[in-house]
Amino acid sequence: MSLAERILQGDTRAAARLMRDIDDGYASAREELKLLYPHSGSAYLIGITGPPGAGKSTLVDQVTEAYRRRGKRVGIVAVDPTSPFTGGAILGDRIRMNRHADDEGVFIRSLATRGHLGGVSRSTGDVALVMDAMGMDVVIIETVGVGQDEVDIVKMAHTTVVVMVPGLGDDIQAIKAGILEIGDVFVVNKSDRPDADRTVRELTTMLEMNSARADDWRPKVMRTEAHRGTGIAELVEEFETHRSHLFGSAAINRFLAEKGARTFMEILKDRLFAEVFAPLEADGRFARIVDDLANRRIDPYSAVEAVVAERFAAGADN
Amino acid sequence: MAERTLRVLVGKPGLDGHDRGAKIIARAFRDAGFEVIYTGLHQTPEQIVSAAIQEDVDCVGLSILSGAHNTLLPRVCQLLKEKDADDIMVFGGGVIPDDDIPGLKNAGLKEVFTPGSSTEDIVKWVRDNVHPRA
Ligand SMILES: Nc1nc2c(ncn2[C@@H]2O[C@H](COP(=O)(O)OP(=O)(O)OP(=O)(O)O)[C@@H](O)[C@H]2O)c(=O)[nH]1
Ligand SMILES: [Mg+2]
Repeated sequence: MSLAERILQGDTRAAARLMRDIDDGYASAREELKLLYPHSGSAYLIGITGPPGAGKSTLVDQVTEAYRRRGKRVGIVAVDPTSPFTGGAILGDRIRMNRHADDEGVFIRSLATRGHLGGVSRSTGDVALVMDAMGMDVVIIETVGVGQDEVDIVKMAHTTVVVMVPGLGDDIQAIKAGILEIGDVFVVNKSDRPDADRTVRELTTMLEMNSARADDWRPKVMRTEAHRGTGIAELVEEFETHRSHLFGSAAINRFLAEKGARTFMEILKDRLFAEVFAPLEADGRFARIVDDLANRRIDPYSAVEAVVAERFAAGADN
Repeated sequence: MAERTLRVLVGKPGLDGHDRGAKIIARAFRDAGFEVIYTGLHQTPEQIVSAAIQEDVDCVGLSILSGAHNTLLPRVCQLLKEKDADDIMVFGGGVIPDDDIPGLKNAGLKEVFTPGSSTEDIVKWVRDNVHPRA
């Protein structure tokens, strides 16, 4: 039986294994994803981003608990950075979510960025798709902790949540303007801290200065104390309000079109690269090209043009 | 075909209080190029086994100081077997009397490290004995 068939029958080991194959770039994973795709598309995807230590994982834990109380099944994809020096990673987001570890209605997967920029791993979208096909009603994606405008998550999730903490003080001015544009919901977590009111105020002011959005959605600033669960019910309500707004307007069509276009182009890029590069690497020609480049016997532009032209001339069967 | 990255779960079952040893090992594994799923303190065997399956790890390293090793470690092995996941190797480390080691290995632990083992020893053992499952 294929992994996809086993997954559709509720086999969590098969799901975990396919996620590994996706992450490790196995070609077989693509065949399984083709089979799962028709069974996906009904999960509500929430992306959570924000600086390191802001409380993203703690919020994910609480939001998961809230959705479980509503009887929803929840998938979680938690991304942490790969060390550029060793290629290894410590994936520690689960620490905050342990109470859900043996709940059959929750599936948590930790992923390392493996050199990918943009706050998530290359595999994140497909891993979320597997959870979707497994029947998860809600899939929450936690990005790595960087306060940049993580465009990847915006294109992936129905609702993008930006988590901040009080005490950013004047730094809030320094926050990349981009991050104010990506959030559908803003959270000031750790609002037990003294500066919370000010941070909420400043953030609200900055959001009001943003020009009106094409989707007519006005992002709110929510306050939470994730470690105590304070403000979570209101936060989940706001998610649901955004979700209704998105699905009740033309914005959903735009979102799906952009997501489709982006996914198509990414897969195309990967495939074209692999088509051209794999044979070069296999027959040792890549090593010779590298040598020629190092000795300046050729320029990189001509080198690429030559191999691309050759690959297309050879046709699809080679 | 792409190469697999070794995935290891490091956890600390039981009730005792600190996870210094587990953190040191987690860092050593990261520095060895592994992906370490670090689950922290106070894990039940059930939580460890569910996490190991969801994360598709190749092995589980458990740090234990509480003296409850003779119940908690075999329980993890037994639960993995029940879930048809005993191809995930389990090893343990901590304050474990030599006399208990044969019993633990009988129960399914692949290796037991005592306070005398260095982190290098442990990393080397994993490199030599654990291979990413095909
Ligand atoms: N005082 C206070 N501490 C909190 C709150 N929410 C979370 N924390 C603590 O903040 C620390 C970091 O929380 P995490 O949830 O791990 O933060 P994170 O954003 O996921 O961190 P990374 O994934 O490492 O970027 C933990 O010690 C939490 O217990 C809060 O509302 N108030
Ligand atoms: Mg986190």
